[in-house]
Amino acid sequence: MKNKHSLAAIILLAIGAVITLGGAFLFVNRFAPMWSFSQKYLTDNFIFVLLGVLGILIGVLMLFIARSVYKSGKVVEESDSMKQHMGLKAMSRISNTVIYVILIIISIIWLVPFFCIVVQSFRIQPTGMTRYLFVNPEGNIAGKEGLQIKFGFDNYVKLFTETEFPRWYLNTFIIAVVVAVVQTIIVLCMSYTLSRFRFKMRKPMMQFMLILGMFPGMLAMIILYQVLKDLNLALDHAVPGLILVYCASSGMGYYVSKGFFDTIPKSLDEAARVDGATRAQVLFKIILPLAKPIVIYTVLTAFMAPWGDFIFAKYITNPDSSQAWNVAVGLQNWLSTSTLISEKYTMFCTGGVIVAIPVVILFMCLQRYYVEGVTGGAVKG
Amino acid sequence: MKLNDELEYLKLSKWQKFVYRLRSFFTSIPKGIGKGFLKIGQFFKKVGLAVANEVKDIWTTFVQGDWKTKISFLVMGFGNIARGQILRGLLFLLMEVVFIGYMVLMGGKYLAQLGTLGTVGPHQGYNEVLDSYYTVYGDNSFKILLYGVLTIFFIIAFIYTWRANVKQNKLAEQILKSGKKLKSGKEDLRSMVDDQFYKTLLALPTTGILLFTVMPIVFMILVAFTNYSSNNDGYYSNLFHWVGLKNFQTLFSWDVGGVNYSATFGEILLWTLIWAFFATFTNYFLGIGVAMMINKKGIHLKKVWRTILIMTIAIPQFISLLYVSKMFTLNGLFNGFLMDIGVLKQAVDFWGIPTLARVMVIIINIWIGIPYLMLIATGILMNIPADLYESAKIDGASGWKQFSKITLPYMLFITGPYLLTSFTGNMNNFNVIYLLTGGGPHVNLSNGAGNPGDTDLLITWLFNITQKGFGEDGAQYYLASVIGILVFIVVSVISLIVYSLLPSVKNEEDFQ
Repeated sequence: MKNKHSLAAIILLAIGAVITLGGAFLFVNRFAPMWSFSQKYLTDNFIFVLLGVLGILIGVLMLFIARSVYKSGKVVEESDSMKQHMGLKAMSRISNTVIYVILIIISIIWLVPFFCIVVQSFRIQPTGMTRYLFVNPEGNIAGKEGLQIKFGFDNYVKLFTETEFPRWYLNTFIIAVVVAVVQTIIVLCMSYTLSRFRFKMRKPMMQFMLILGMFPGMLAMIILYQVLKDLNLALDHAVPGLILVYCASSGMGYYVSKGFFDTIPKSLDEAARVDGATRAQVLFKIILPLAKPIVIYTVLTAFMAPWGDFIFAKYITNPDSSQAWNVAVGLQNWLSTSTLISEKYTMFCTGGVIVAIPVVILFMCLQRYYVEGVTGGAVKG
Repeated sequence: MKLNDELEYLKLSKWQKFVYRLRSFFTSIPKGIGKGFLKIGQFFKKVGLAVANEVKDIWTTFVQGDWKTKISFLVMGFGNIARGQILRGLLFLLMEVVFIGYMVLMGGKYLAQLGTLGTVGPHQGYNEVLDSYYTVYGDNSFKILLYGVLTIFFIIAFIYTWRANVKQNKLAEQILKSGKKLKSGKEDLRSMVDDQFYKTLLALPTTGILLFTVMPIVFMILVAFTNYSSNNDGYYSNLFHWVGLKNFQTLFSWDVGGVNYSATFGEILLWTLIWAFFATFTNYFLGIGVAMMINKKGIHLKKVWRTILIMTIAIPQFISLLYVSKMFTLNGLFNGFLMDIGVLKQAVDFWGIPTLARVMVIIINIWIGIPYLMLIATGILMNIPADLYESAKIDGASGWKQFSKITLPYMLFITGPYLLTSFTGNMNNFNVIYLLTGGGPHVNLSNGAGNPGDTDLLITWLFNITQKGFGEDGAQYYLASVIGILVFIVVSVISLIVYSLLPSVKNEEDFQ
């Protein structure tokens, strides 16, 4: 037994040595390029600042360690408990301050891109991408006045008068509204049935849909495009085609609302059935009024998904059928080539703002239901 | 070391327990495989027995049935009509008429050609009046395959209906013999909103799924065994035909016309797995962290922090992703800002350096994903019983101990299935990659089919292949469907393993 252990120890040691050597090799191998990389891009000032901050942090850490080592040597006296309490309070104040700082930084990081996009949506000159948000210093040089940044409402006016954006917006709106209604009905049918009825095919059906969900949906696009083209529902007539496809396969997303229906007690159904209600009456008169949160959640998600869907809409349209695009395809197109970027970059920002506003307002109003749906859905798997 | 009972296992040290579990996991693999084969065998046996039983039942129904039943074997619904169930009978009859009509007019033709996928391709025809050549289009392989599959679906549905028809005759005879009355059409309609309400509810969703999800997937699986591509589109250019397993061989060979498919596939698969791992777990832990910070006692303005994060969910992803990807380009705002404040000497090409691009994709995915995880984690954290923490505090557990011994195990237990789905979801996360980098930069992998880039996932590579192919075939749809099948295999294997290792394979009835 002992021999075995020592053998194991030796093997472990050998493995450890190999890993350590490998690590050292990788470190040396990769450190030099990293160093040259940072030297190439970072200014010396910044590197010094970075090293300085690192040094300060390590120093503070050392101080803390020294303090705790010193403290652990001392026996805490009874009368110190008050002091200790004070210390705890101070600690929690410090940690709260740190958390506030982190939260503020997080909020800034999360909001900055949206702030920038709003600012750029008002920029009328230059229309392309620039490195500067408010002021371009190069614009002050004589002969380069064109680079000066100017703001105004022109983009918003142009967007609705000179581009196809209103058309795309209308398309997206129609698709989203129809899909929201139809998909909600389908999802509710599916999830209610799977939650409440026990029939022979129920389990196999659920397993089958689980397996089906593991196939990449992208594959189906190739054939759906061909079929829709045959039915004349692609390219120029992509809007009804998109609605058809979004609605048709929506039965697969029943998980969240099924989880919700599962939480409504079955005794309610049974009581109504005893009183002579049919299954349909139970659904419409008893369950649906109780299921308001999940209905709203389903409508909201069903509305938002086609509002932002990009890839399928892109696949079944093409550059010639721009009147059938939705906003995602249209706006992405404006950023697809460098010539378009230099003409339409600020328009993209404007379009993005216009697209985001209704969804954000809707979302903010119905936030409560969304949160309920997401948390409930995740817990149920 | 072999253990006889649980007590012995409990006596082991932590390290020995670990070794024991590891060993028993690996020793159970061959057993598991054996069991799997056994199960498959049992399944076939079961199916065979079921089919035999059905045939026997049909035969006895035919032999013992009266003349009405016997005629119903040929004319569906005859028995129903003769016994007064006119509505049902008419529906059966309608199904038969439609089926026969479809088979005669379309289905039969396509089904007969399914073996070859068409023999007459587009060719030159001669117009004697104009004395000129023009193109004559022959068979359409695409339609043959599509309608062939549809016809097979239809035949299965027909057989099922026919079987139901036979069953109903048998049942009706039994009911009449025992002196009871059959259901009238009115009662049938009523049962559609009552006992059989689930059939009414499921009719629309399942039809949609069958036609727009199952059928395309079956079709695309079949395409993996053909040479369907944009230059063999089956009608306008060339017919396509069955090629067996050749496409799988292509993907796993080292050199096909100067392209090393299998190395490209391997590298992209590796990056897909790395990406899915980091995208899932960075989001998960950071999301929990943010949720805990906001939920901490003594932190004010909880609603404000939450709302700021939630608002970013509302903004359509294509806007935020496209905009952020432009922020990090060479002349983007980020580079400009850092150069202005003197951090950078020269602009960094975030999307041009492979490793940097990969890191950036993961970081930006954190930016996209944390709000969702924050929401989920907040909901779960509030459900953890508070007395657990209180007793831990009394026992003198530190903050970290509380997190690692209470919060984390609880979260992992509850969100196990969610982690799995988000892992597989990230493997197929098309939007983030496509809108941020478009698969680029094309540095290390640029010579593969479909022009793969360093941040391409399998799913975006698949998409590229369907857009612009490589070589004389054009867009290689067949290769795309081979990759799709492999993605399915990878995802299902991972799901299977994780599900079997999860601590809680929950019984769904527990919730009710």
